Amino acid sequence: MNQRSRLSLIFLQIFIASLLVALMGRLFYLQVAAGPKYKDAALSIQSRDVVTPATRGLIVDSSGVPLALNKVGLAVTVDRTKIDKQEDKGEAVLRNLSTLLGLNFDDVWQRTRLCGELEKGKKAGCWTGSRFQPIPITKEADPQIALQIVERSDKFPGINATPIAIRNYPGIAGVNGAHLLGYVGPLTDYDLSGASGRSYFRSESIGKAGLEIQYDSYLRGTPGIKTVIVDRKEAVTSTSQNTKPVPGNHLVTSIDIRLQASAEAALADAVRRARASGHPADGAAAVVMDAITGQILAIASNPTFDPNSFEKGLTVQEAKNLFSESSGVPALNRALQGLYAPGSTFKAVSLIAAQDAGYDLKKSYACPGFIEVGTRVFNNFESKAQGTLSMKKAMAVSCDTIWYQIAFDEWLRDGGLKVKKNPNDYFFKAAGRFQMGEKTGVDLPSESKGRLADRNWRKAWYSQNKDFYCNYTKRATKAQQTPFLIQLAKENCIDGDKIRAGDAVNFSIGQGDTVITPIKLAQMYAAIVNGGTIWQPTVAKAIVSNDGKVIKEITPKRIGTIGVAPSTLSFLRDALHEVTISGTSAGVFAGFPIQTAGKTGTAQVFGRNANGSAKSDTAWYAAFAPVKNPRYVAVLMVSQGGFGASTSAVGVRKIYETLFGVKGKTVDPKAALFPSGKPPTKLPKISPATRPPGSEKK
Amino acid sequence: MTSLRYRNPYRKAPRQSVFRGFDPVLSVAVGLLLLIGTALVYAATRNWYAANGLDPEYYLKRHVINITIGLLLAWGTTVIDYRLLRAYTPILWVLGVLGLTFVILPGVNSEVNGAKAWIPLPGGFQIQPAELAKISIIVGMSMLLSERSHDSDQPTTNDILRALGVAAIPVLLILKQPDMGTVFIISASVVAILGISGAPMKWVAGLLILAVLGGVVATKTGVISDYQVKRLQSFVDPNADSQGSGYQLRQARITVGSGGLFGTGLFDGPQTNGRFVPEQQTDFIFTVAGEELGFLGSGFIIFLYILILMRAFGIARRSSDPYGQLVCTGVIAWFAFQTFENIGMTLGLMPMTGVPLPFMSYGGSSMFANLIGFGLLQNVHARHRG
Repeated sequence: MNQRSRLSLIFLQIFIASLLVALMGRLFYLQVAAGPKYKDAALSIQSRDVVTPATRGLIVDSSGVPLALNKVGLAVTVDRTKIDKQEDKGEAVLRNLSTLLGLNFDDVWQRTRLCGELEKGKKAGCWTGSRFQPIPITKEADPQIALQIVERSDKFPGINATPIAIRNYPGIAGVNGAHLLGYVGPLTDYDLSGASGRSYFRSESIGKAGLEIQYDSYLRGTPGIKTVIVDRKEAVTSTSQNTKPVPGNHLVTSIDIRLQASAEAALADAVRRARASGHPADGAAAVVMDAITGQILAIASNPTFDPNSFEKGLTVQEAKNLFSESSGVPALNRALQGLYAPGSTFKAVSLIAAQDAGYDLKKSYACPGFIEVGTRVFNNFESKAQGTLSMKKAMAVSCDTIWYQIAFDEWLRDGGLKVKKNPNDYFFKAAGRFQMGEKTGVDLPSESKGRLADRNWRKAWYSQNKDFYCNYTKRATKAQQTPFLIQLAKENCIDGDKIRAGDAVNFSIGQGDTVITPIKLAQMYAAIVNGGTIWQPTVAKAIVSNDGKVIKEITPKRIGTIGVAPSTLSFLRDALHEVTISGTSAGVFAGFPIQTAGKTGTAQVFGRNANGSAKSDTAWYAAFAPVKNPRYVAVLMVSQGGFGASTSAVGVRKIYETLFGVKGKTVDPKAALFPSGKPPTKLPKISPATRPPGSEKK
Repeated sequence: MTSLRYRNPYRKAPRQSVFRGFDPVLSVAVGLLLLIGTALVYAATRNWYAANGLDPEYYLKRHVINITIGLLLAWGTTVIDYRLLRAYTPILWVLGVLGLTFVILPGVNSEVNGAKAWIPLPGGFQIQPAELAKISIIVGMSMLLSERSHDSDQPTTNDILRALGVAAIPVLLILKQPDMGTVFIISASVVAILGISGAPMKWVAGLLILAVLGGVVATKTGVISDYQVKRLQSFVDPNADSQGSGYQLRQARITVGSGGLFGTGLFDGPQTNGRFVPEQQTDFIFTVAGEELGFLGSGFIIFLYILILMRAFGIARRSSDPYGQLVCTGVIAWFAFQTFENIGMTLGLMPMTGVPLPFMSYGGSSMFANLIGFGLLQNVHARHRG
């Protein structure tokens, strides 16, 4: 071998050795340095998690009666990955299926579309889950029909029928509770993204509204996971992990199912009566609260919907109706999302303002038919002059002009339009004592914040709307170009940032720009009743595990006090009692065997309905009972319901009848919901079979 | 002693032992690869075949048969007389060329993965003439470049052209299949043989440049088929073709990586048992080693290849005549580049080409050729010690 060949050979040897050493290095990197990463990747390729959803915990009322439970249903599901592979994208299969299930094909088609596939505004009823999840068409299929589907898999490719646990709201005692309870549904991509800080599995259900979403983390439990190892053809080769599902915890509420049903019935009745007198009555809400504990005993909203319809499978029309104006937006929980001017129910606050301002509550004040404020005339309710009234009587008959006068005088004292440096603002401050304009913080989702139309709000409002009012003829629509509105716009442009005399006067009787939710009013009246405590109300009382252990007790928090002297509150309660004796609700409560107190509110609403008619008044009644040792605050509101007394006070009376066991003009102590005089404090035993006390005999 | 010293260096092997003259280290290393390879082929196929109701030992049995035939061929190659080998080489070469011509004729061959490389034989067997062509090219070139009619240290241009001609005809036919992996390996062998033969550097450098240019032109002008371009692209961006070759490469890397340091244990690799890597008993056999034997096991396999190749370099260096050196060089380059290409592809260092892993992949023709190559090394070792 010559020298050059020898060198070449050495060169080749070094080259080849380095190639193989490079392989060794790469191998080390893949297996040792990056090994864990590839192990994870391999696991995600090989393993499939078979998720067995946990049984959801029950939601029960304060005596253990189930408001929400689970039952076994038969789900008919559509597998999009399979039907999409057909030439007509599964249209024929879905048509056959619709016929078999007696459903509308367009509905079924819509409900098997992913929400992302549809244009904006045409998404009603769409599937919020993923393409890879079986989409349930119904969860309560007839077993005969389900059998047909399973047996004719050639005719129904990608369609399956399987037994599943479904959420059921049994409606015991005739209760609906849709807004309170909410409903469950499939996870959205947002839920799955983990953005909420929780991790879910595709096949799980999640609370979508009401208590179901509020306490979802307790109710849902932990799903069972069986991890199977699959091969390239998705055939299972082994099982690597198998954890059993842990059932969800139960939720005990302070709701009494009978009272809840009664409140719902009272609402429906109030709406019916209001409509009979020609009012649209487009919505209503009722809240019953224990003023001593801050717990909610009943909370209802009207119109309502069937909470079971989601599991049955909503039709597209049903899904649309939930949010449509024409059907009254049943999805809206008006008890905590509806905002309305409080009207005369606000006079309880005004009375405290007058006391703060130094007015002698024991004196008498003139109640003329109208009062002139600058150039404007403010009429008493129905322009009736009442002569001179004691403050108590003025509250009873709901005189407006007394408040106009006091509010106007105080407004002038504060400097009128040229506000002095530190205005007294007795009325705004009295409202502030009740934290008006804040949420109550009740443990239900999506509560609305009220609006306290004080000086700060007015300034903020002006900076936002200045442009609109100062260029009104350019910005407003044609329909808005009436002489009155143009004049109003001119005024708003000039001094819309200031509290004007009219604003101050309106504020004192709960009119104008101040709006409030029914639950907020209940919280305020509870403070009047309990000596001044502002409760953060609660619906839930406790989380109880499946084996009966109390996991968490939920109690209302004191979030403030109104800081009003007991004597003033006592006077106020007395005045509110007078309302039921000689005042606006005297007729309604005539002969009622339990002494109650309350305040009517008939709040004017500006604007027009879709059909052009002027909007009817908001009918309020805020009450408490009994007068001695008061405890139960009840607020009932009917939007566009007419008079507070005839529409809403009647409803409250019905609620109290149920609560106290009133039969005609007497009390049947056995029929009373809380024979011990207060709602149960002990947590009940939880069983799906529990029925309301007293109903066993039937 | 003198009689021994002047004995014909090309004497026949002594009859007393068939193993006499075998290099023990080389033999043990190859033997270990064959054993490990057999276990891996079995591991790669048993579960899948059993799960699909087939004989789980189908591939194992055939692999053992292939090895047995291959070992007989190796033994034959080791003990064969050099002159006989010289006589047979042209026949082997002609047979190889005929076979390569045959496979590219339309309608007579079976196409596997886009390449026409196999001649179907009765009984479900197939033969891959390109594998046998490697041997005839290496032996043929080595003969032409070592048996010079003059005394010069360097082969003449004439010698070089003849040697290149021996390589060029089969290479062009293999290009037509197309089987770029084999072309790459043969080219490496050709350049290596030429370099060691003492051919002028301009030839070696020129050939290297030609090979690179050829590769570029072939890709650009579409001589390389679509599926090969795809394979190259998926090498550059493994996510480009997630269902095709990119999928295979990514799966291969995941499978190897998931083995970690110790592996999952033989027969216990979930990736292997789930057959997520296609062709895992043939071209991707190293993924099975990676997953089930871990870095310790698969690193040991690479170590065995290093051992074999370094041992072969030793044989080449100790060889007393140019022929032995050139044959060794050719076989070394072949084994080295085929091993590098195969494992490199599995580990994501090289683009995907369908070349088997020497001594380990399932496949008769390749196993025969590898063991004949092994036999050639032993032949040189036994007979040409300086």
